[in-house]
Amino acid sequence: MPNDHDHHHDNELDPMAARVRALETILTEKGLIDPLAIDAIVETYETKVGPRNGARVVAKAWSDPEYADWLQRDATAAIASLSITGRQGEHMQAVFNTADTHNLVVCTLCSCYPWSVLGLPPVWYKSPPYRSRAVIDPRGVLAEFGVVLPETTKIRVWDSTAELRYLVIPLRPEGTDGLDEAQLAEFVTRDSMIGTGLASAPEAA
Amino acid sequence: MNGPQDLGGQMGFGPIVPELDEPLFHANWEKRALGLTIAAGAMGHWNIDESRHARECLHPADYYSSTYYEIWIKALEVLLKRHGFVSPQELATGQSLGKGTEPKRILKADNVAAALAKGGPCDRPVAQEPRFEAGDRVRTHNFNPETHTRLPRYARGKFGRIDAVRDGFVFPDSNAHGKGENPQYVYTVVFTGPEIWGDAADPTLTISIDAWESYLEPA
Repeated sequence: MPNDHDHHHDNELDPMAARVRALETILTEKGLIDPLAIDAIVETYETKVGPRNGARVVAKAWSDPEYADWLQRDATAAIASLSITGRQGEHMQAVFNTADTHNLVVCTLCSCYPWSVLGLPPVWYKSPPYRSRAVIDPRGVLAEFGVVLPETTKIRVWDSTAELRYLVIPLRPEGTDGLDEAQLAEFVTRDSMIGTGLASAPEAA
Repeated sequence: MNGPQDLGGQMGFGPIVPELDEPLFHANWEKRALGLTIAAGAMGHWNIDESRHARECLHPADYYSSTYYEIWIKALEVLLKRHGFVSPQELATGQSLGKGTEPKRILKADNVAAALAKGGPCDRPVAQEPRFEAGDRVRTHNFNPETHTRLPRYARGKFGRIDAVRDGFVFPDSNAHGKGENPQYVYTVVFTGPEIWGDAADPTLTISIDAWESYLEPA
């Protein structure tokens, strides 16, 4: 009798898990993929490539005006100088929040995201609610993230429709004078580098 | 194409609901899906534009009811079948039933770090000078191709300003269909909120897209 109990069996796979396992089995049997390569890819994004990379870039930009200037002119090279390169970070642009303009990044057409500096995108970034609304109702979107900007603050939305990948440089929080780059990086949240958040305040960190 | 992927300005999807302390993966199969997609792509038989087009060709009902890794896997199956690596029978039975297309290369574990660090740059030299310069007024084309394009519907037939001239880049509209890279200059084009969404739009809003040169005409 099907479905006569609802507890979970570890040896049963949900349909998607079974589908992916079957595909991996076929491709491995055919010698088209190396399962150890898959392990290595996953490990890269679990342990090496993530938003701490972007936080280092932001903290350096906050600390070093010459670096910030380089980042504005040639973000790909300035970021590569910190040994941060790679897939979905080949063509970087840094966009700087100012006292009167807030930047917000989206990809309405798929899920383009600067992997090299932020890692893999969160589910919400790839999902229809964000992709549909970020361009038409960015203030409403920001409010859902708890970010309420003054009505006079201009909002600039960057739709990543080509191969440029955007990193938002948030405003440096107040009360952080004298901190070094490693300390400053602690205030740089992932969402602040997408534009759906602000850098955290010192007392909140 | 005017497919389910072209989401800018659509309504009715509800709130965003970011997940607190979201895990990097929500199931083990998502890890394998990520790795399979990258490893199979590394065989070199299709490009990122063809991949994106395979995803946007999913039926809209399927696209909207799938998570992004589900979309990736469904599109990957299409690409593997199209390029002769797997047969529908193999996908149905979950077993290899014989040899298919010979791969150009296979991504081995030892090469993963280098391959991911290198990525896949898609800037290309363009022989002629850029047609536009920063500050130029432009109008985007109004077209509705059934094939792949990266000009979203909300930004078609709109007046904007060139914000920045970028490098030459592979042209996805042809590259997705095996018709060559045909690189063109890309421009960041900025529009006012009211130009895109009408008089009721937030007057402080500006939106930019990155547009290939042939999407634009002088205005």
